[in-house]
Amino acid sequence: MRARPAGKGRDVKTPVIKAENVDLVFQTGDGPVQALSDVSLDVGRGEFVSFIGPSGCGKTTFLRCVAALEHPTGGSLSVNGMSPDNARKERSYGYVFQAAGLYPWRTIARNIRLPLEIMGYPKADQAARVQKVLELVDLAGFGNKYPWQLSGGMQQRASIARALAFDADILLMDEPFGALDEIVRDHLNEQLLALWARTGKTCLFVTHSIPEAVYLSTKIVVMSPRPGRIADVIDSPLPKERPLDIRDTPEFLEIAHRVREGLRAGHAYD
Amino acid sequence: MRSVLPILTVVLAILALWYGAAVALNARWTLDQAARAGQELTVSQIVSDTLQQERPKLPAPHQVGAELWKTTGAMALEGRAFSKRSLIYHGWVTLSATLLGFAIGAGAGILLAVGIVHNRAMDRSVMPWAIASQTIPILAIAPMIIVVLNSIGITGLVPKAIISAYLSFFPVAVGMVKGLRSPDAMDLDLMKTWGARAGQVFWKLRWPSSMPYLFTSLKVAMAASLVGAIVGELPTGAIRGLGARLLAGSYYGQTVQIWSALFGAAILAALLVGLVGLVQRITLKRMGMAR
Ligand SMILES: Nc1ncnc2c1ncn2[C@@H]1O[C@H](COP(=O)(O)OP(=O)(O)OP(=O)(O)O)[C@@H](O)[C@H]1O
Ligand SMILES: [Mg+2]
Repeated sequence: MRARPAGKGRDVKTPVIKAENVDLVFQTGDGPVQALSDVSLDVGRGEFVSFIGPSGCGKTTFLRCVAALEHPTGGSLSVNGMSPDNARKERSYGYVFQAAGLYPWRTIARNIRLPLEIMGYPKADQAARVQKVLELVDLAGFGNKYPWQLSGGMQQRASIARALAFDADILLMDEPFGALDEIVRDHLNEQLLALWARTGKTCLFVTHSIPEAVYLSTKIVVMSPRPGRIADVIDSPLPKERPLDIRDTPEFLEIAHRVREGLRAGHAYD
Repeated sequence: MRSVLPILTVVLAILALWYGAAVALNARWTLDQAARAGQELTVSQIVSDTLQQERPKLPAPHQVGAELWKTTGAMALEGRAFSKRSLIYHGWVTLSATLLGFAIGAGAGILLAVGIVHNRAMDRSVMPWAIASQTIPILAIAPMIIVVLNSIGITGLVPKAIISAYLSFFPVAVGMVKGLRSPDAMDLDLMKTWGARAGQVFWKLRWPSSMPYLFTSLKVAMAASLVGAIVGELPTGAIRGLGARLLAGSYYGQTVQIWSALFGAAILAALLVGLVGLVQRITLKRMGMAR
């Protein structure tokens, strides 16, 4: 196995993700599309950052840039102090998509094992890691089930487990709970917070839901479209310990209000 | 079991139609014979005669059935299953060419698909040729293949298998291109985030994703292989194989023999396609893809 990324021991102040004036222009059939414009953002170690904004404002694109699935056409972006491409080679992040994307021909355990097989972890280590992350997402005992035997929420948890299996210290999540109903979603949000507290990962989380963003985050990035840019960055004063009913407190509602204002301001452009 | 009744109904309807057609088509000969002999025939005499002529225009189902039994089961019981007059022997000759051709064709089809999916130049250039190859009538190309190969000393099984392969690679190539491309962008992106190499993407994602497509196209390819083997037996001078039986039957006006060979081929095709279906069921079940 390769050495752990150098970032792990560094102090909390050094940003894990540092974006400076990032621009991204897609060349499409009907001309260029400015997906990201002048995006600057620092994400510290262990932060939980939510991205919220209307459709097409570049949330997915930004996450994909961090994952080196897209490459900025301008500005600079570093992940764990490296280029995104190198950060990927160092297995710095796990990516969770909106759809669980589990292979129907593999059991849950073997799905979670897949990235480990690809990265060449030793066999014995693989089994132990799978077991550990299954417990982490509360799916112990479901390892031998096939994806279609699980509910949508359980499948999404399995896909989070898969992203956690190889010890990446950044977790990128693009609307992971977008397709689930509100009650399941509340439950998963609680679990996600507990998981974040336990593992200390740096999380980047895309959502369309204001309560979800406020409930989960230490930092909320409000974005606006055409061109995609950051309208507001809100640092949450909420404590780390967050029971679900924190959502009825005045502090919570105040942040939610500020997010809503930020979204409205973004819309005023069109 | 609910499907038995409709199937039975259809089979009975076909049999009824067939008997009707046999009577209608064979009656002329019966009447001509009677007229020549100066006889008057009743309707029931006509009907019974039309169903037991030696060289009917259209043999009746029971005649075909009897001929099939006579040349297969009955001979097998006498221990002559592989005598030259047995349909089992001819069926085996055709079957071996079919299976060899199927193996070559399916292998070539899969390799072509892998190339097309992974190589830009092949993607652009191969498919038009593959399609063109299938627009040439096989009846025109089969004799050429046989003659050319004979001239360099290759005879018997291989030329027929090549014609089978010529017909069967195409459905496999088309099906597998679709199958290997079936993983969506997200699946591929996920692989990319793990830093997977092309080989890993192939074996862990593309290949398993393509299994349902593979088996569907293998069924078509199997049937095409059988057709290819039979066609390949026609220009060789009708010595061995189901195709030879068809040709010999038509030389000598042995309609019963033609039809029994036809049915032999149909039964063989059904068995082979059924076998692929069985392997499909087992494989997909093992993979956990069949619910
Ligand atoms: N591969 C691509 N090629 C061309 N244009 C693209 C591509 N990907 C995204 N875009 C464009 O970039 C802009 C930002 O898209 P992006 O997917 O990042 O938005 P989003 O904020 O994630 O939206 P949503 O909330 O709907 O998921 C959109 O205008 C989109 O049409
Ligand atoms: Mg998106």
